[in-house]
This record gives sequence, structure tokens and C-alpha cells, in this order.
Amino acid sequence: MKRWLPALLLASALTGCGYNDFQRLDEQSTAAWSEVLNQYQRRADLVPNIVATVKGEAAFEQDTLTKVVEARAKATSIQVTPETLNNPEAFAKFQAAQGELGSALSRLMVTVEKYPDLKANKGFSDLRVQLEGTENRITVARNRFIGTVQEYNVLARSFPSNLTAKVMGYAAKPSFTVHDEAAISAPPVVDFKK
Amino acid sequence: MLLRLFVACWLALLVTTSHAQDVLPVPALTGHVIDTTATLSASQLQALEAKLTTFEASSGAQVVVLMVPTTQPEDIASYANRVGNVWKIGRKEVGDGLVLLVAKNDRKLRIEVAKTLEGAIPDLAASNIINDAITPRFKQGDFAGGVDAGVEQIMALVKGEALPAPTAKARAAPQNDSFDWQQLLIFAVFAVPIAGTIARSIFGAKLGSVVTGGAVGALAWVLSTSLLLAGVAGVVALLFTLLSRWGSSSMGGLGGGLGGLGGFGGGGFSSGRRSGGGGGGFSSGGGGNFGGGGASGGW
Repeated sequence: MKRWLPALLLASALTGCGYNDFQRLDEQSTAAWSEVLNQYQRRADLVPNIVATVKGEAAFEQDTLTKVVEARAKATSIQVTPETLNNPEAFAKFQAAQGELGSALSRLMVTVEKYPDLKANKGFSDLRVQLEGTENRITVARNRFIGTVQEYNVLARSFPSNLTAKVMGYAAKPSFTVHDEAAISAPPVVDFKK
Repeated sequence: MLLRLFVACWLALLVTTSHAQDVLPVPALTGHVIDTTATLSASQLQALEAKLTTFEASSGAQVVVLMVPTTQPEDIASYANRVGNVWKIGRKEVGDGLVLLVAKNDRKLRIEVAKTLEGAIPDLAASNIINDAITPRFKQGDFAGGVDAGVEQIMALVKGEALPAPTAKARAAPQNDSFDWQQLLIFAVFAVPIAGTIARSIFGAKLGSVVTGGAVGALAWVLSTSLLLAGVAGVVALLFTLLSRWGSSSMGGLGGGLGGLGGFGGGGFSSGRRSGGGGGGFSSGGGGNFGGGGASGGW
């Protein structure tokens, strides 16, 4: 009994210092990250159909369309591995590419408002519903990812589990931030002269 | 180093406090139809409630209609998602829930579908229900008719999905199955020898063993709410404490019985109290996971 006590005490100390919580949250954030990737992939899959439909009805929006196609190519060309999660630089790059695709798509959706034929097109409105649903799912998946990463990072930084993190070498994980903070914090320009 | 620790503490505090935002609270889940705008009449409410209750009894899926004046400052999609994930409607092991949310003054509505039902009601189907069945009636001011027509179509789609049949057991009080046995076992391995030693030094070998056995039995019952487990834990703890220095005696056997009985008596009392609380009425199945599926619309 006496011989086993130190070993058992060590095991309980590890539990008390959040070792198991680190493992659980690490696994959880990986799963949440997969869901984010899954939804981004779904959006990338929708883009060719949307572009093809818009092309048929509004061929002269070539510039906007090209931007969407380019942004998609860029976003899908980035290799994402589970290691991306622990690499802030690759993570930021991936996020920037997806953000670009998102804004290119929303610009396209604003542009098509000018084309009544396109808006009345059943196939296009169906695609639009699907894109909207995908964007919603991306938002939810991102929120959940942010939530788990936040929990993990709080654990990695707060006492006494930060000691465990230090000993085991667990660093805080990067999380999503707003795509371009400067553009959002700047007040919108309202111009009625046009 | 100290400064860094200080910053980390401060950040952790910031993260935990920044959660409190001024958003619309999720109303309590009181029934299948919750109307905080007082748009529907009592008879309309009752008819809709009866329809959805029958539907839940026959198919198992939980469909809830929520009418609020506005979802501001939140977007209707994120509010609907929050409502779904707070309520967690849908059976525990199936997760078949759906929220039909109407923000009357915003003139917006949303069908928020739990992940299980995303196959039965894909975004396109939800969008079609909104645009074909609900909004034409809402435009004429016929809210009850619009909600009713939407609910009818939703029910028809859910019926087409092969969901597990509802069982009577699903309506019973929720089981506490998230209990962590492993941690209890680890805890017991440490706590019993320590508590046993202390109890023995205070009460002596025999009485100390009985006290430890009784205490462990009671604790096991409180944590697990299983009287069989409580009895077993109590007896094991008692024997362990007693045998850790001397052999067993007739008194020890008697004490073991007492320790086990302590768990039994408490368990019987508790289970009676428990079954009394699990009466009728509508409650969330607790299984719905809402991942942002569904569609929004306006009128």
C-alpha cells in the first residue's frame, strides 16, 4: 500500500491539474475544426454551380465572377492538415483565403440583385438558399470551434493547469478572428448623391 | 514572469466576463407552442398544441413553434440557433427537433432544423415551406393559418423520414448517464484508505469500519442514485477498512450488513421522490443538436 501511494498520488495530481481536460479539449477542438473544414468544403463545392448559373444570365459581370473563381481556387489550394491547428501562421493564411472567398461571394450576391431574370431563375434561387444555409453552418461551426479553443486556452493559461501545460508543452491554440478588422471598425460611407 | 502571469489572469477574467451580452433571452420551454406576441387566440394555441403533441406521440419528433416580437439585436438565424441549442429539443438518443421561429415585428421567420432532421427537411425544403405555405398567409395577416400550414408540411416531411419509433420509455425522467464512473473509482481508491484510517483512529477498529462503510454507501448512492451500487460500495469499503489490519469478526459481518442497509434505506426513499417528480407535461428530450441547418424568410 505504502509503495503505491506516491504513484497514485501522482496520477491524481495529473487529473487535478487538468491533464485529462487538456486531452478532452484537444480532441474536441480537432473535431470542431473538422466540422469547420467540412462546411468550407461544401461552400467551395457550391461555387462552380453558382458561377455557371450566373454566367448564363449575366455574362457581363465577368469581373465579379472571375474574382469568385480566383478566390475559390486560392482557398482550395491551401493544404489543411490537423497540424494547421497548432500553427498560427498557416491558420491565419487559411482564414484569410476563406475570408476572401466569402467576401467575393457576397459581392456577387449583391451584384445579381440587378438582374431580375436571374432572381426569378428557380435554379439560381435554389442555389442561393443552399449557399445561405452553408454560410449559416459555417458560422455555427466556427462559433463552436472558437468555444472549444477558448476553453482550451483558458485552461492552458489559468492556474494550476498552466503548470501542466508548461510541463507537457501545450501551447495556446490560434482561433478565428474577424476577417479584416480595419474594414469593419471603419464607419460605412453613406452617399445619397448617386 | 510575474507580469505575464498577471496578464494571463486578466485575460482569463476578460474571456469569462465578455460572455454577458445584451441579447434577447431564450424563453422557457413551456409547450409546443410559445407565443410571446399574443397573436394567436387561446383556441388556436390549443389546436396547434394538440396537433404537435399528437405528432410527438406518434413519430417521436419534437416540433416547437416560437413567436417573438423581435430578435434584435441578433440576426434571426443566430437567435434561432441559440434557441434550438438551449432547448435541445428532440429525443435524447435521436435528436429529432425543429424550431419554427416567427419574429413578428421584424417580419421575418425561420425554420431551424436539428442535424438529425436535415435529411428529412433540407434547406431547400424549408425554404419552400416558408415561401409557399407560410409567407403568403402571413402577408394577409393570417398568422394562425400560416403557422398551421407550415407545421402541416413539416410534419408530412418528417413522417417520410425513417426515424426510430417512439417508446414509452423516452417520456420517462432523463437518466443521469453522463456520470463518470472512472473518476469515482479513482476517488474511492484514495478516499477509502484515508477516511478509513481517520475513522479507525477516532472510533476504533469496528465502529470506524462501520462509519466508513456507511459513509461510502451514502456517498455512492448520492453520486450514482443506484441503491444496489451504494450497497455494494458500502460493504466493500467496510470490509476493506476492517481487513486492512485485522481479520474479520462476527461484529464486522454485522457492520457490513448495516453499512449496506444504510444505502438501501436511502435509495428507496430517493427513488420514490424521483418518480413523483417525473409527471406529465412537455419537456425537451435533450438530444437536439442544431448546426445552423434550415432556411429563413420574410414577408
